[in-house]
Order: sequence, then C-alpha cells, then structure tokens
Amino acid sequence: MKRLPASILWLLAGLFLLVLLNLASDPAFLKIAVRDGHLYGVPIDILNQGSRTMLVALGMTLVIATGGVDLSVGSVIAIAGAVCALLLNQGAGLVITMAAALGVGAFAGGVNGLLVARWHVQPIVATLILMVAGRGIAQLICDGQVIIIAHAGFEFLGNGFVAGVPIAPLLVTALFIATHFAVRKTAAGLFIEAVGDNETASHFAGLAAARVKALTYVFCGACAGLTGVLTAANIRAADANRAGENAELDAIFAVVVGGTALTGGRFSILGTFLGALLIQTLATTMYYRGVPPAVAPVPKALLIIAVALLQSEKLRGWVAGLWRRKERTA
Amino acid sequence: MPNASLLELRGITKRFLGVTALSDVDFTVRAGEIHALLGENGAGKSTLIKVLTGVYAADDGTLALAGTRLAPTSPKDAERAGISTVYQEVNLIPALSVAENIGLGRQPGKFGFIHWGALRRHARTALARLELEVDVDAELGSLSVALQQMVAIARALDLHARLLVLDEPTASLDEKEVAELFKVMRRLRGEGLGIVFVTHFLEQVYAVSDRITVLRNGQLVGEFVTAELPRLALVSKMLGREVRDDAGRAAGGSASEVERVDPNPFFAAEAPKAPRDQGTPSRAEDTAAAPLLSARGLARCGALHPIDLTLRRGEVMGLAGLLGSGRTETARLLFGIDRADGGTMDLHGKTVRFAAPRDAVRHGLAFCSEDRKTEGILPNLSVRENLIFALQAKRGAWRTLARAEQETLCTHYITALRIKTPDAETPIKNLSGGNQQKVLLARWLATRPELIILDEPTRGIDIGAKAEIEQLIGKLRADGLSVLLISSEIEEIVRNCARVLVLRERRSAGELTAGPEFTPERLMKVMAGGGEP
Repeated sequence: MKRLPASILWLLAGLFLLVLLNLASDPAFLKIAVRDGHLYGVPIDILNQGSRTMLVALGMTLVIATGGVDLSVGSVIAIAGAVCALLLNQGAGLVITMAAALGVGAFAGGVNGLLVARWHVQPIVATLILMVAGRGIAQLICDGQVIIIAHAGFEFLGNGFVAGVPIAPLLVTALFIATHFAVRKTAAGLFIEAVGDNETASHFAGLAAARVKALTYVFCGACAGLTGVLTAANIRAADANRAGENAELDAIFAVVVGGTALTGGRFSILGTFLGALLIQTLATTMYYRGVPPAVAPVPKALLIIAVALLQSEKLRGWVAGLWRRKERTA
Repeated sequence: MPNASLLELRGITKRFLGVTALSDVDFTVRAGEIHALLGENGAGKSTLIKVLTGVYAADDGTLALAGTRLAPTSPKDAERAGISTVYQEVNLIPALSVAENIGLGRQPGKFGFIHWGALRRHARTALARLELEVDVDAELGSLSVALQQMVAIARALDLHARLLVLDEPTASLDEKEVAELFKVMRRLRGEGLGIVFVTHFLEQVYAVSDRITVLRNGQLVGEFVTAELPRLALVSKMLGREVRDDAGRAAGGSASEVERVDPNPFFAAEAPKAPRDQGTPSRAEDTAAAPLLSARGLARCGALHPIDLTLRRGEVMGLAGLLGSGRTETARLLFGIDRADGGTMDLHGKTVRFAAPRDAVRHGLAFCSEDRKTEGILPNLSVRENLIFALQAKRGAWRTLARAEQETLCTHYITALRIKTPDAETPIKNLSGGNQQKVLLARWLATRPELIILDEPTRGIDIGAKAEIEQLIGKLRADGLSVLLISSEIEEIVRNCARVLVLRERRSAGELTAGPEFTPERLMKVMAGGGEP
C-alpha cells in the first residue's frame, strides 16, 4: 500500500549502479565468506566502515529536519573519545564510561539546542562555536597526546563480532530501527517535521516548538557521543586531533543525499541510512580500485553535484521544459 | 498650469493566477501635493505601489510620469525615471555608512577607487536639503528607524526623484518623529515633488495630505480632496458602505440570506460534551450568561493601550476596528503569543497567565490567525497532519493519536465542513485558501475548545466558503462555544455578533450590544471616531 518516495528510489538506483560497476570488474565484490565464524567480505567492510558516519547522520537528520544543522558533531566525537580514555585508563567500568561519553555528547547537544532554540542564534554559528572550541576541550582532556586505551571490553566493542557480524554496524542498524519507530510511531516525527516546515505556525498551534528543536540537538549530540565511543574503540585510542574529522560534512551529506532538505520539514531515516551507505560504497569502491587518496574526493564531489542538481526545482523545470519542447516539435 | 498632474495611471489591471488584484484603476498625483492612498487589507494598495515602482508589470493600463509614458521593469528602472520608494522597513543596507548608502551605485572616483571625501561631501549636501544633522560616517543600522527613513528620502532626492512613494512610513515612529517626517514631507511638497503617502492612520491622513485616493477590493472607489471629505464618509468608502438610513435593514436582509442556507451537521459525530441542555440562548439572552473570559487593563507597550474585555459562554463577540487599530494585537495577548505588560485575565473566574500559545490551548482556547500562510498552515504536511496537529500538540508526543483515530477525525471534518481535497494525504498547500481555512478551523475544533478567536476568518476566500464559515460560527455558538470574531467587514460583525468591542488607535473606543442601535452605521461611526459627521 505504501510506496517508496522518489528520493529512496534514486538512492537504491545509485547503489545498484555502483554495485554493478564493481561487479563488472570484480565478480566477487558481493561475496561474503565465513572465516573463524565471522563474516568477511566487501559488503561487511562497507557496513563496518560506514557505521560511524551513519550514526552521526542519524542525529543530524532530526536536526536538519527542524531546519537547523549541527557542525559540532566532529568535535563531540573527539571529546567523547577523550572522555573514554580518561575514564577507562583510571579503571572505570565500561558501562559507566559509555554512559559518561553519551552524557557528554547529550550535554554538548543541549548547549547547542539552548543557543539555537532559546536564544535564536543561527544554527551554523551556534554549533560552529563548539566545533572550534570542542577540539580544544578534547586536547585539554588528552593533554595534547594520542592516548592508547587498553581495555578488553572496549576493544571488543570496536572490533568484536556478535553472531558473526561486527558489533558497530549491528548496533547502528538497531539504533536506526529504534529511532525510526520512536519518531514514527509517536507524534515526535510529526512535531519535528512541523517545526521544520513552519515554526511559527506550529508554535501558534500550541506546540512547544523551541523544546522540540532543542531536543533534536540533544539527540544529535548523544549520537555523536556514541560515535566517539565507537571511533575510539575501533582504533583503541583517543585522538583529539583526528577523531571525527570532517564527520559533520559526511553526515550532512548523507542526510541530504537521503532526501531530507536542508530547509527542514520532511525527513527520512531510511534515506539517511541509504545515503550514508551510498557514500561509503563509493569510498570503498575507490579504495578497492586503487584510486589515489588525493583523487578520491573527486567522485564524491561529482555525486554531490548530481544530487544537488537532482534536487533543484529550477533544473527539473528546465528539463521538463526541454522535454515538452521536443514533444511539440516532433 | 499649476498643480499639473505629475503621475498618471490609467486603467491599471493586475491579475495573479486568476485573482484580480487591481481592476481598471486610475490614480493621479499632481506635482506639489501629498496624496494619501488608502484602503483596507487586500484593497490593492501594495499591488498598485508595486506596479508604480516596477516590481510588477501591469497586465493592462498605462503609466505616465510628467506626460512621458513609462513601463518600469524594476525598482531601479523606476528610480532612474524619477519614482523613488521608501518602505516602512528601509530598503537600504544597514551595515554600510550613511554616506555609502546615499552614494551607493554612483560612488565618485576613478579607476575603481572611491573618492571618499567627495562621497561624504555629497552625502552631507543631500542631507542638508532635509535640514538633517546626521553623522555621514555612522553605520546606517545604528540609527533610529526614523532617521534611516530620512536617509532613504535624502537618497531618493539625490537620485532626482520627482515622485516619492512613502509606504507606511509612520508605522514604527513615535509622535515626535512623525511630526519631523511631516515637516520634511511638507517642505518637499513646497519644492514641487509629488508624494504618495500610504498609511492606515487616518489622523495622519488628515494632518498632512491634500488628496485621498481610496481603493477597495482592487477597484478605485474615488479620488477626494481631503478637506472636503469627512472622516466618516472616508471610512464608509474604505469599508464599502454608503451612509444611508435604510442600510441597517439592508444588512438585516443579507443576514437572513445567510441563515437561510441549509443547516449543516457540523457536530453530528463529535458534539462537544459540555453541558448544553438549557437550549441555545438567543442573541439578546447571551448577555445574561456567565463570563468565560474577562480581561482587565490588558495592555502591551507599543501594541495596545489598556482595554477591558469580557466574553460570556456561548457568545459570539466581535472585535472591530480599522486596520492597525489593535485587533490582532488583542488576540495575540489573549492567546499568549505576546506577553502582556499589564492587566489580568480571568478564565472561569480564575486568574490565568499564558506564557505561550500552549498554555492557552490547554485552557481551552483556540486562535485562527489572519495570516494563514505564515502563522497557520504547515504547508508541506498533509491535510491530515495539519488537521490533527493542535490536538496532538495538546496531548504531547507520547499520547499519540492512533492512525485510525486521525482518519476518523479527518473524514468527519472533511465531510462536516465540506473541505474540498482529493484526500487527507494531500499537502495542504495544494488546497484553495477557503479550504485551507476550513482545515485550520477543523484543527481547532478537534481540540474541543471553549473559546475560539477567529482573526479575519473569511479574508481572501471565495464567497461560498465565506457563507459556510459564517454559518459555522452560528453553529458553534449554538453548541455553547464562545467566539471572538475579528473582522474588518462591518456586515460580518453585525450579522454574527451579539456584542462588539470597537478598537480605535490601539484603545477601546466603546462597546455596542445587539439592539435597535446595533447597525452598521453606528458601528462605523465608533470605528471612525473623530467627531460625528
């Protein structure tokens, strides 16, 4: 009964095309093997590598749906990683550490939300503050060093397997599904879309629009915090400089490719998932092709241009006009 | 010939997507006169100004300045021809200095380098013409709105404007600043400029203008000499009612016409559950009912002087007044959109304070804004989502309305209010204005309010939908709801209300109660104020 929106179809088509390209040169591209009871293969790699971008993009989706943006997620990742290092190396338990990292992320998001929703600071400016300051905070915690974390449980979180599948993508996928149901089976999704669509009207209709807005930043911060945990666990270290570098751009890109407009309003969690998957597939493709890292951003840029043009109403109108003209002359 | 006509618009017609905004309008401004352009909302004033200044191209008609035919294609084009506009919100660049703003686009200098000294001297000369002492190096944005306007006028004169259009220039000025502005306007009139003065403050029209052109519903009502047009006559022309003795009866006739429409079962499935066994009170009996909401000394600095207002249960009360009289401001204070500076509000005899619309909604209030597009609809969301939105917001995120309940509500209201939509999942922006308005009414009715404030509920919608909405108001009253009806259409108020509070210049100007005295004429006199004709 429910049909998929056009943006999802475009994404699936893009993914399909990319996979086809890969299959043409490497028939084993989609092959998944079982080794030592663990799944191995390119698709698993893609999911594993892409999971952190996905998680950041999940939070970013809701923020963007309210018409905002959160540039501070990369710094929050670094802070959360630093917090992990600090606590674990002082002998704190894994659960407490994770809770602290998540809490720090949520708190950072709360600050952003307060600035944006309460004091009407423009989202870009408000979150830029923490984007810049956050790295410094992470540096302070780490004392300017890359801190190695030696903790078996933490390591398992970053590189372990459950039922043959790496933990990170498993966790992230579960969070996507949970978030999807949390916003679509309650009215939260409607409220977020309403605030993004017309904040004044939703406020006048009796919605605590500012609170809804602020909460999306809290959620986004928490997602970034958890991403920080996964990132630190993955490399077994807290790197205040490199952790979460460009995470905000990748996340925004995944959200936009996924069909959620930067102007706010309608959002798609499935779209974000597929968007992040598409980006990671592209990156992995290039890696397997041996494209030098210096050139790798070019295809990504081309994809961004293609998506931006696809979303341009003016271009669509122009193309439609061309089509009509052709029909008339024919 | 003295007072030769400077600007002549003949037969201007402008349509938007089938809606005629201006129809065959003539407008003449003579050199050396201040000409007020008046009309209520939707009369076509701003469309006419935009045709005049090249923002819109007219579909029909001609424009001539000092005998030369013009067809400005942009404001810049019009400016070159000698027509300059100063808007309420000054259209200069706040971050630049006064001198830069005045010289913008015509900087003196060579090889792309600006001769700053010459630019400053030039600006000082331009300002001196208005006898204005302003630091030309000051950032424009740091000046008061009044001074910014003066700078804009100085720039216009510097561009050799022959016709100056002042669009609501006094809306955010205090009395002293208005006097200053008028002094400048008179001086420019003396210099032979033609000035078009758009405002909704009638005092100011009488204080400064020589002639008045009145528009209504996109049509020319006429051009008048200010000194020869009594205030009441002016208001009647703006509102489209001739002052006649039998007019009251004429209005009565149209009222019965509306009532004759078949009754519609608005609440067939969803009758509010409040006790309503005593039957529906007649209009005269309304005044005996218990007060639902009473406000004492409700005020907000710059928006509304203290007013008292009492609304009884099951009563339709009107809030009348001309544009800018403080009607919408009152509604916003009652609904908690703006914070009141003074006064108290009682609901059911208990003092309440609304910090946000959410509080008002929880207390059973509802508010349909006059600005449907920016304050009402969620344009890209579906009819269903728009319709259930206020109820869902009242319930909170977790007490979610099941999809089936939502659909029941939609089906009910789409049928009951005869909302024309392909289905409930269509984005509301695809609906016509009247149908959007009905969805918004349904949005509020779904919350089962006790009091609904309707701000210009029939503006910009077609006649059929208008009649249906008026009919709905009667139905709501019969169901025991209280309605506060804000309207600039006098007939609409007289037809639907048992009592009217009239506002004038952001103050209460009196209250009228249903009875033989309750006629459109009487209401109009109170609205116009300023002495009887």
